[in-house]
Amino acid sequence: MSATLQLKNISRHFGGLKVLQDVNLDIPQGGIFGLIGPNGAGKTTVFNLITGLLPPTSGTISFEGRDLAGTKPHEITRGGIARTFQNIRLFKEMSLLENVMVGMHAQLRYGTLGLLGTSGLFRSEEKRARERARELLSWMKLDHKAEDTADNLSYGDQRKLELARALATEPKLLLLDEPVAGMNANEKTELMREIEQISGRGYTIFMIEHDMRFVMGLCQEIAVLNFGRIIAQGGPDAIRNDPQVIEAYLGRDEDEPASGPDGIVTDGAPSPVAAGVAPTSVSGPGAQA
Amino acid sequence: MLEQQLINALSLGCVYALFALGFTLIFGVLGVINLSHGAVFMVGSYAAVEAITHLHLPLWGALLFSFVFCGVLGLLIDFLVLRPLRKRNAPHLIPMIASIGVAIILNNGVQGIFGAENLRFPSGIVSTDSMELGGLHLTALELGIILLSFVLMAVLMIALKRTQLGRALRAIAESPKAAYLVGINVEGLFFLTSFVAAGLGGVAGVLIGLYSNALFPLMGQPMLHKGIAVIILGGMGDIRGAMLGGLFLGFAEVLSVAYIGSSMRDAVAFGLLFLVLLVRPKGLFGTLQERKV
Amino acid sequence: MAVFDNFWAVYSNLVLGLGINALLALSIYLTLSCGMLAMANAAFMGIGAYTAALLTMNYDTPYIVSILAGMAAPAVVAFVMGKPTLRLSGVYLAMATLAFGEVVRIFILNTDSITGGALGLNGIPQSTQWWHVLLALVAVLALLWRLRHSRVGRAFESIKEDETAAGLMGIDVGAHKMTAFVLGAAIAGLAGTLNAHLTFFIGPNEYGFDRGVDILTMAILGGINGLAGPVLGGTILTLLPEVLRGFQDFRLVVNGLILVLIVLFLPKGLWDPARIRNWFGKGGKHA
Repeated sequence: MSATLQLKNISRHFGGLKVLQDVNLDIPQGGIFGLIGPNGAGKTTVFNLITGLLPPTSGTISFEGRDLAGTKPHEITRGGIARTFQNIRLFKEMSLLENVMVGMHAQLRYGTLGLLGTSGLFRSEEKRARERARELLSWMKLDHKAEDTADNLSYGDQRKLELARALATEPKLLLLDEPVAGMNANEKTELMREIEQISGRGYTIFMIEHDMRFVMGLCQEIAVLNFGRIIAQGGPDAIRNDPQVIEAYLGRDEDEPASGPDGIVTDGAPSPVAAGVAPTSVSGPGAQA
Repeated sequence: MLEQQLINALSLGCVYALFALGFTLIFGVLGVINLSHGAVFMVGSYAAVEAITHLHLPLWGALLFSFVFCGVLGLLIDFLVLRPLRKRNAPHLIPMIASIGVAIILNNGVQGIFGAENLRFPSGIVSTDSMELGGLHLTALELGIILLSFVLMAVLMIALKRTQLGRALRAIAESPKAAYLVGINVEGLFFLTSFVAAGLGGVAGVLIGLYSNALFPLMGQPMLHKGIAVIILGGMGDIRGAMLGGLFLGFAEVLSVAYIGSSMRDAVAFGLLFLVLLVRPKGLFGTLQERKV
Repeated sequence: MAVFDNFWAVYSNLVLGLGINALLALSIYLTLSCGMLAMANAAFMGIGAYTAALLTMNYDTPYIVSILAGMAAPAVVAFVMGKPTLRLSGVYLAMATLAFGEVVRIFILNTDSITGGALGLNGIPQSTQWWHVLLALVAVLALLWRLRHSRVGRAFESIKEDETAAGLMGIDVGAHKMTAFVLGAAIAGLAGTLNAHLTFFIGPNEYGFDRGVDILTMAILGGINGLAGPVLGGTILTLLPEVLRGFQDFRLVVNGLILVLIVLFLPKGLWDPARIRNWFGKGGKHA
């Protein structure tokens, strides 16, 4: 499968702080790709670089063969990359339906002057937008709340709404930043199924997550970021057993047995605790990065 | 006559600096653009005139009176208007809009009480002595303005840099929440800042009132605009920038009047403001620091 | 009907002034609905007024031409100064637009050979009929209503709430802000033109800080949650001086007081459909 998104030698520095160093990632078309790593590893920065919110200090990012350098965020979205946010950025004073309809902005075919006319185009496009928005809400099982104001939603529903809104932009690649953070076990299982369905519809999915069971259960391929560097990449089993990954996730003192990302106790020798590395639990809510 | 103009410029610049200092203190510490600062400035000058006329205070007494009177006014404004908005976590623009309302109340209130005609300081309040200093002609007034301004600015700088109080204020300017968490009495210092800033504004008003000898209710407006220009020039929230910016503006104005013509005088401030905003929004001296809430 | 004729003879200026103020409030509503506090609309009003008045007085242009010119001139100026200025956000934008207003005023004062300078322009033909104002108001309301219920309106709202997220929805934030700014300028220019040909005299001080604050107060008072808000705010602020006639200088104090009290106690303005809905017990549903 050809790579749909390619990061080549991506580095990002903030003054003296090297947030990302020499990151190489190839996200293939179709399928679900995961990016994991301890808090502060730089994962959200990767998303910010891809969506054009920040320029890389060096390296190139290309999508479907096209270099994204200098492309503005709204152009990147129109080119087929959509994202959700770690700290949920919904339009709180708009209804669910309107939130999703905003996502359809670039899809509607009437211009600013076009909306002056009484021609059928405006009406039919608005109708299409409304219908599509309802459809997407129903994928997320939120259609019964379509007219509610977005800030009245539960936390889990808000995350689902963000997903529906991202889908409205008709993306080819979906970037999900901690899609299940803060959800309870039931909500996570439900969302897992929904993401599988979305993947089945042909969208490529690239997600950042802390919940290991979730990531291992969904992703075909996983990359691990630690202190701005990719330290491992491969299928779930390979990652689970990679000693470097296990070490990166250790935040223990000498008395505790070593445990890898999914809680399986291994017989690793005690290694120096990397400063600032937070231990990750198996299926608890993801810690706020 | 360039050297003579420099004396003019220096005195004017000092007053601009004093005004801008108060303005920038409020922005730096409270995080609010207080557009009523111009009105407070005006109230200061009116208060001084009244103090001299009715309370028979000498000039230095009137200056003190204005400082305190305006300080209390600033405190009231903070307590009644700005503080409730702080408690609500209102977005930045809201307190600014409210301060416009306060300015209107003060400007028109004073106009209602005193009328719109120019008011003058009683004659003889300032000695008309002058002295020769290195070939330059310096009136007592100009000397007084320059000295007083420098003294006040020096006191402020020392307080901010060398005292515990100053450190606390600088901490609040960076992050009120963090300052609170280390035990600083943030609200109390907000009140103190409002008092001192308004007081400085009032003193600036008295000085301009003496300098131009023409007080009118809306005199704070052009001053406010210049204050805005200065703090953006000097970097918002930057004390040193406010002082240098004020002096700079004084020089720029006086020199442009001398060489271009007086009608464009007010435009100088705005021209500079515009230019700076477009080219270097941080200001000539400032570092635009995102305030961590 | 004699009653109506009498009413009109006495109050026509007031009613027309009401319509014009409503237009001004709507002009700033546009930029506020996009999240921008731009205080340049008084200046744009002035640019429109002077352009139209000078055309009518010096070249005897038909009224419709003057009106179109009075809308086009501020729109062009807005476009040119908007490019660098709209990059600024929040407080800086407000300051820059305030400063711009002053620059325009000073410019008018200093070009007295054309604009009459401080003395202003006198003797502008009183071409404005009641139906001009009504038509203008209806047209603008219709346009804004259509805008609100289209993707442009949704884009504005989303920009107001979260610019970054809006950009990531595929919305060209810069272009939308410019549209709001330029359109707002055109509407302000329209109001200025109609006003100038009503009051037959205009001067530079009419388009300064005071006017700018008035316009802002109208929008804040009425609220920007819907088109009725600015119209309501404009109406109240037009009628208030009449009601407060006896107070003389202090009536402006009331304006200031309104601004402060609204900001403190009714931050969303008078016309807040959600709050009104709550009163009727339907709470929670989207306006």
